[in-house]
Amino acid sequence: MPDPNPAARRPEAPDLTARRAVMALCGEAHPEELRRALLQLGAAEDPEDLRPPETGLVMTRGRIGGDGRPFNLGEATVTRAAVRLSGGETGFAYHLGRDRAKARLAATLDALWQVRGRRAAVEVALAPVAARRAEERAAEARRIAATRVNFFTMARGED
Amino acid sequence: MYVAVKGGEAAIANAHRLLAEARRGDSSVPELSVAQIREQMALLVDRVMTEGSLYDPDLAALALKQARGDLIEAVFLVRAYRTTLPRFGASEPVETGAMSLRRRISATYKDLPGGQVLGPTFDYTHRLIDFALAAEGEAPVAAESEPLADAAHAPRVTDLLGRDGLIEPSAADDGSPPGDLTREPLDFPADRALRLQALARGDEGFVLALGYSTQRGYGRTHPFVGEIRVGTVAVEFVPEELGFAVPLGEIDLTECQMVNQFHGTAEVPPQFTRGYGLAFGQSERKAMAMALVDRALRAEELGEPVGAPAQDQEFVLAHCDALQATGFVEHLKLPHYVDFQAELELVRRLRAEHAARHAAPKAGTAAEMKEAAE
Repeated sequence: MPDPNPAARRPEAPDLTARRAVMALCGEAHPEELRRALLQLGAAEDPEDLRPPETGLVMTRGRIGGDGRPFNLGEATVTRAAVRLSGGETGFAYHLGRDRAKARLAATLDALWQVRGRRAAVEVALAPVAARRAEERAAEARRIAATRVNFFTMARGED
Repeated sequence: MYVAVKGGEAAIANAHRLLAEARRGDSSVPELSVAQIREQMALLVDRVMTEGSLYDPDLAALALKQARGDLIEAVFLVRAYRTTLPRFGASEPVETGAMSLRRRISATYKDLPGGQVLGPTFDYTHRLIDFALAAEGEAPVAAESEPLADAAHAPRVTDLLGRDGLIEPSAADDGSPPGDLTREPLDFPADRALRLQALARGDEGFVLALGYSTQRGYGRTHPFVGEIRVGTVAVEFVPEELGFAVPLGEIDLTECQMVNQFHGTAEVPPQFTRGYGLAFGQSERKAMAMALVDRALRAEELGEPVGAPAQDQEFVLAHCDALQATGFVEHLKLPHYVDFQAELELVRRLRAEHAARHAAPKAGTAAEMKEAAE
């Protein structure tokens, strides 16, 4: 299933960073948030399944010592979906977990993001997800910061 | 060897129905939801994911519910489930240096760039039973404070030591894919990548005991905890059809960098050596024990005498998997009737021969005595 938009595949493409950001946001979203975004976009069309949503495994890799040669740490469940809009744009989603419906919603948003002129609207529709996640991350960071510790070395009493 | 037996279908079906009822327990007590297990038995869930070698908190929680809280049974369920799924591929190696930290401590440096954060820890608790938890109360609220400016940048302690060449560098990534013991049976000697994979999914109790044995002198490595970090990392995967790294989401990991005593050669001046541990979720004990055993298993590579159990990779790797261990131990309870019949026959024959041997001299002695008396 080749991506018919090869321009966006080049790693140096500035678009790629934006597309990856939207994909990451979709991954972090609750399914209802994605439904709401699609509703807001007025995306009435039910896209064609290029690949029906499917759950499988990705072997997660770490690095020896954190920075050396890779090793296989263990697998993770991953669900993927691929859709095609009537205009030919294809959207993909790969998410941790087993939520097939969510993967399909995300693939649809990825496809819509590639429709000329809809990119900004998709990003606006997903802005609430970004805001929620930013707030959650900030709150978590504040709770963690309260446990930051300063140890003092006590002099060993000898002489 | 056990052999097939027939029959018992009704008893087996009823035993499973009884199991289902026993699993539920007293029906006047509210049933646990999978979400409750995931949220409130989180460290157990982490352990099932680590030893089950499958990151999926909901699945691990469900497996624990099904297994009535039996850890190894839950691991069994998770491992069986994964065999039903296709593998899409392998992730890009996760970048633990960029981990979003929930906990980070060092026993080697008091002051670190990025600071030490305790996070949610049992350390420094008094280990007194908290009877207040037996009563339902309001959800506790954590304290908050503004993060310091440097909190976002926390380089690994090993990177700090490495800057001055005081610690051995990690072997460089040569681009070759690491071996995978779920695809190819483990062959000895196994390289460090395979050893780490086996230890990561190994039984925490077994790895812990081996790590402990190295501290007690069976393959001593003089360890310091350079750093333990717990937090979330982004996982990325390059699907063939897209050709770029797609963000899959974030997973929780625990990493332990053990700093061990020196090694030097004629060419290389003495420097600290390293042991490494990495586990899913917040699995601190496991990551620490893994790092101790990883270092012990490097004895030969580092020119140290090899003799302790924790240094023997065949011993360690062939016995660290809880599922393999339980499979072979627990298979003993399956019908071995034919085998046992054969053994029974043998022991009866040996006993008869033994009796005959002992009866003969006795008879002889009696005859001699009779002769002597006459």
